[in-house]
Amino acid sequence: MKTCLVVDDSKVIRKVARHILETLDFQVSEACDGREALDACNASPPDVILLDWNMPVMSGMDFLRALRESNVPTRPKVVFCTTENGMAYIRAAIEAGADEYVMKPFDRDTIESKLQIVGLA
Amino acid sequence: MIESHLAIANPAVHPGASGAGASAGTLTVLARLLEARTGQQIASSRAWRLDVALKPLLRDREIDTLDQLVDTLLDGSDHGLGDRIIDALVNGESSFFRDQPVFDTIAQALTAIAPDHRGRVWSAGCATGQEPLSLAMMFAEAAGEGSPPELVATDVSEAALARARSGRYNQFEIQRGLPVRRMMRWFDSDGTDWTAKPELTRLIQYRQSNLVTDPAPGGRFDIILCRNVLFYLAAGAKAKVFASLAAALRPGGLLVLGAGETVIGQTDLFMPSTRYRGFYEHTDTKRRIKG
Repeated sequence: MKTCLVVDDSKVIRKVARHILETLDFQVSEACDGREALDACNASPPDVILLDWNMPVMSGMDFLRALRESNVPTRPKVVFCTTENGMAYIRAAIEAGADEYVMKPFDRDTIESKLQIVGLA
Repeated sequence: MIESHLAIANPAVHPGASGAGASAGTLTVLARLLEARTGQQIASSRAWRLDVALKPLLRDREIDTLDQLVDTLLDGSDHGLGDRIIDALVNGESSFFRDQPVFDTIAQALTAIAPDHRGRVWSAGCATGQEPLSLAMMFAEAAGEGSPPELVATDVSEAALARARSGRYNQFEIQRGLPVRRMMRWFDSDGTDWTAKPELTRLIQYRQSNLVTDPAPGGRFDIILCRNVLFYLAAGAKAKVFASLAAALRPGGLLVLGAGETVIGQTDLFMPSTRYRGFYEHTDTKRRIKG
């Protein structure tokens, strides 16, 4: 089964994303911030990470940079999922190593489409 | 992608079908109007969707019921009302790069079947433009500084075509099937909407056309995409469209249908391609090429 780590400080967003991902046959785990996500990836890297931008402790961008510089044995796909919808943010995310970008609010079709684009749905 | 298809579907509506309390006469008028203009039929089991599909129009025209809407249509006092009803009933739901492998095959096939001339591609039933824009992106990226294939896109709905020509999509639409890198390259952010750059939209010739009753665009095409359109047509209308597509397709060219559609049992004019899986070609391709 494919695995997805949902990283978002909003419990509601994590719950909605989990529901969508489970209907797409993903095994889902959750993290509340970038630091928790980094620990989770070091323990067991998922196939894909759905990543919020603005979070306490460690932001999504700081997490992404740390992940790409880390020795995590596999290279998880990273799909940003954020309300930061300007072109400058999108460009910065891609340059930092994100594979795809979801602009919130999202629905099931959007998540499924982006996962298909990164080869996981 | 693509379907300027009906929010409703086959076969003919019957008097007992619901349209939120509309009379049988009203439902019959709407069904006949739709079939006459587009060749599409309304499923009796889904006639209730008439009310949903037409609700925004009722609100816009400050009309309370479908019966009153049809009365207004029939008394001729609201010029253009028939067109607005058709636009409302035809559903332009679509996404970018729908069925990605189809696009990969088109790119591969076009090089092989149009080696000595500029390729011509027709997106028949282009709805709100995601299919021709996807083709245009793919062709432009492959062509580089060269000349991309000629791209013609038609749809029966003027409203859908107006949206296609604008190249403007909301946040949900732009994220359906479009990789973010292509979005960054080919679209500009405009508030919460995204608009295709002029260098992309100018590669597409949009035309209003009814596949059942209007002649095909001039000249012959190397590839015709007619995806998720035929499904909604009655048998007679479907036969006319197959004949029109066959005449418009260059010998050796390819017809592309939707994932759930086939020519088998539908027409003798096309057969499955032996070269490109899931595509179709003239039944007499070999003879025509030799001839």
